[in-house]
Amino acid sequence: MKRVATALALAMVLAFGTPAAFSQTLKAVQDRGQLICGSNGTLAGFGMPDPQGNWVGFDVDFCRAIAAAIFNDPTKVKFVPLTAADRFTALQSGEIDVLSRNTTWTLSRDTSLGIDFAAVNYYDGQGFMVRKSLKVNSALELNDASVCVQQGTTTELNLADYFRANNMSLKTVTFATADEAVKAYDTSRCDSYTTDSSGLYGERLRLTDPSEHIVLPEIISKEPLSPAVRQGDDAWEDIVRWTHYAMVNAEELGVTQKNVDDMLKSSAPDIRRLLGVEGQFGSAMGLTDDWAYRIIKAVGNYGESFERNVGQGSPLKIARGLNALWTKGGLQYGIPVR
Amino acid sequence: MPKIVSYSSRNSRRAGYIALQAGLVVIVGGLAYAAVVNAAQNLAQAHIASGFGFWNNTAGFDISQTLIAYSSSTSTFGRAFWVGLLNTLLVAGIGIVLATVLGFVIGIARLSRNWLVARLAGSYVELIRNVPLLLQLLFWYNAVLKSLPELRGSVALPGGGFLNNRGLFLPRPEFGAGFGYVVIALLFGLAATIALRLWARRRQDRTSEPVRMLWFGFGLIVILPLAVFALTGAPLRFSFPDMGRFNVMGGVEILPEFAALVVALTVYTAAFIAEVVRAGVLAVAHGQTEAAQALGLRSHTTLRLVVVPQAMRVIVPPLTSQYLNLIKNSSLAVAIGYPDLVQVFAGSVLNITGQAVEVIAVTMAVYLTISLVISLFMNLYGYALNVAGR
Repeated sequence: MKRVATALALAMVLAFGTPAAFSQTLKAVQDRGQLICGSNGTLAGFGMPDPQGNWVGFDVDFCRAIAAAIFNDPTKVKFVPLTAADRFTALQSGEIDVLSRNTTWTLSRDTSLGIDFAAVNYYDGQGFMVRKSLKVNSALELNDASVCVQQGTTTELNLADYFRANNMSLKTVTFATADEAVKAYDTSRCDSYTTDSSGLYGERLRLTDPSEHIVLPEIISKEPLSPAVRQGDDAWEDIVRWTHYAMVNAEELGVTQKNVDDMLKSSAPDIRRLLGVEGQFGSAMGLTDDWAYRIIKAVGNYGESFERNVGQGSPLKIARGLNALWTKGGLQYGIPVR
Repeated sequence: MPKIVSYSSRNSRRAGYIALQAGLVVIVGGLAYAAVVNAAQNLAQAHIASGFGFWNNTAGFDISQTLIAYSSSTSTFGRAFWVGLLNTLLVAGIGIVLATVLGFVIGIARLSRNWLVARLAGSYVELIRNVPLLLQLLFWYNAVLKSLPELRGSVALPGGGFLNNRGLFLPRPEFGAGFGYVVIALLFGLAATIALRLWARRRQDRTSEPVRMLWFGFGLIVILPLAVFALTGAPLRFSFPDMGRFNVMGGVEILPEFAALVVALTVYTAAFIAEVVRAGVLAVAHGQTEAAQALGLRSHTTLRLVVVPQAMRVIVPPLTSQYLNLIKNSSLAVAIGYPDLVQVFAGSVLNITGQAVEVIAVTMAVYLTISLVISLFMNLYGYALNVAGR
C-alpha cells in the first residue's frame, strides 16, 4: 500500500511537471506594482533624466524591459540615482531590486559583496580624455600628468596599475561623484579625465567646449558592464539575465519593435519559441509566456536600444565595436531560448 | 523632632536602586549584543565578506596628498587609513587654531564702541552662520580655483615657488646633520622663556615690579637658535619646484582643496566662536569694567587683564563644542576631493572592499576618539581656570 502511494505521488509530480521556481524578489516587485531600479542619474546615454524629467538611457531601457516583462508596462519603474560609492550598499540592503548602472563585473565584486552579475550588456574599456591644446596623442605620453577620477571605481585601480606598468608617475585627484571630477577637469584642475570609454563620450558633451577635447586611442582595461542582483534569489537572477538574452536573440532573428506583431505569425521555430507562440519558457521563470514579446514591443531589440541611446541615433555616436553581434564580429551572443 | 529613617528601610531602598540600574545595564548590553550578532548573521547569510582581513590587502589606488610614505602598488588599506587620518588631523588642527584667533577677534570687535566695526562684525556673523557649510565650501573651492591661473600662466613667486590652480608649490627644505641642535636650542629657548615668565609673575605678585621681558624672550626664542644655526654651518638646503610638461615637479605642494577646506572651516567656525566669546565677555559683571576704568586702566588693558580671563570660564565649554564641530565638519572634504579620512577610507576603501559595516564602524570610532580626547583636554583646561580664578 505504501509503495503504491509513493508511486502514485511520484507519477502526479511527473505528470504536472516541475513547478516554476519561486522568487521572493519577483513576488515583492509584483506586490509593489513597481520595479525599483538603481541607476546613474548623471551619465548621458546610459541613465539620466531628460529635460522633461523622464529617464532615458541604455541601462534605463534595460530596467524598462524587465518591467515590461513583469507588468506589460515599461513605465512601472522607479529609478534611484546612485553614486559609485553607495550603489552596492543600496543593492545589498534591498533598497533596489536590480542595479543597472554601468557596473563592471569583477571577481572581487562577484564573491565578496553578496551580489551576482546577470549578463554583460556592454563590453567597455577604460580610456583617457585630454585637451587638444596639450598636443598629446597617446596615453603613454601622460607621464607626470594629473588625472581626475571618481573614487570607488575599477577606474581608480586600473589607472594606478597602468601608470605603474609603464613606469610613469601619476598625480590623481579623486572625487566622490563623476560630476565633480568632470567639473574639475573642465577647469583644468587636472590634465586628463579617465573613465569607461562610453562614459568619456557622454561626459564630453557636458563640457563647456566639447570640440576642445579628444579621447585618446588607448583602451587600458576590460570593463564588462553588467546589471547586478542580490545573491540567493536565483529565479530573479534568471529573469534579469534572460531579459538581456531575449533582446540579443531578437536582434539575431531580425525581430524589431516595429515588426514584432507581424513576427507573431512567423513560422520560424526560433522566433515562435522566443515570442512565446510555442513553449512555456515564460512560466518557467514565473512570468507570462509572451515575456519576450512584451520586452521587444516596449524597448526594441538590443541593437535598437544601443543605437537609440549611445549609437548613431544619439549625440554620443559610439560604434558597435565589441558590442556588435557575434555574427558581425562582436561579442554579443544570444544564449538559445529553448 | 527630626524624622528618623530606619537604617533597614534606607538600605532596602538603596538595594532597590542598585537592582534597577543593574537591570538597565543588562537590558542595554543585551540589546547591543543582539544587534551585533544579528548583523554578523545577516552578513554571513548574504555572502558579504566580513572581518578585518582586508586591512592588510594591497590598496591599489593613489592618494593626492600623503603626509607619510604611500605607494599604490605596495601600500595596504591600513596604510591608506593612516594617510587619511593624518590629513584629517592636519586640516582640523590648523582649522582650530585659525578659527580661534579669528573668532576671538570678531567676537570682541562686535562689542567695540566703534559703530562701523561693531556692525561689520555683526553682519559677518549673521551671514556666515546662516549659510550651510557645504555651500560655503563649494564657494571657496570654486572661487579659489577659478581665480588662480592655469599651469601655463603660473605666478612665479619670489624665492622660487609657483602658484597655479593645481596648488601652491614652495621650495622643500632639506635638513642637514646639525639641524637637530637648532631644534633643541629652540625648545630650550621656549622652555626658558616660560620659566622666566613664571618667575617674573611671582616677583610681580611679591614686589609689584612689572613683567618686562620682551627682549629676553626675543633673545631666547629667536637669537639663540639662529646662533646655533650659524655655528653648525647652516645645515639647510632647499629643493626648488620646477615646471614639467604637465605639472610642477618637486618642492612642497599645497593643494587648492586643502586651502579651500581650511578657509571654509575657519571662516564658518569663527562666526560661531565669535558669538561664544561675545557671550563670555558679556557674562563678566559690568562692575569689573567700571572698577578697572576707575583705576585708570585703558580699555585694551582692561580687556586683556580683567575681562577676558574671567570670561574664559564661560567661554571654554561651548568653545569645546565648536572645536568638535570643526573636526566633524572636516569630513565635508568628500565634496571637493580632499583626501581626508572619510574620502579615503569610508569612500575608496569601502567601495573597493565592499565591507561597509567594518569601515563605517572604524571611522565612527576614530571620530569619537578624537572628539573625546579634545573635550578631555578642554575640560581639564576649564577646570584649571576655575581653580585659578578663585
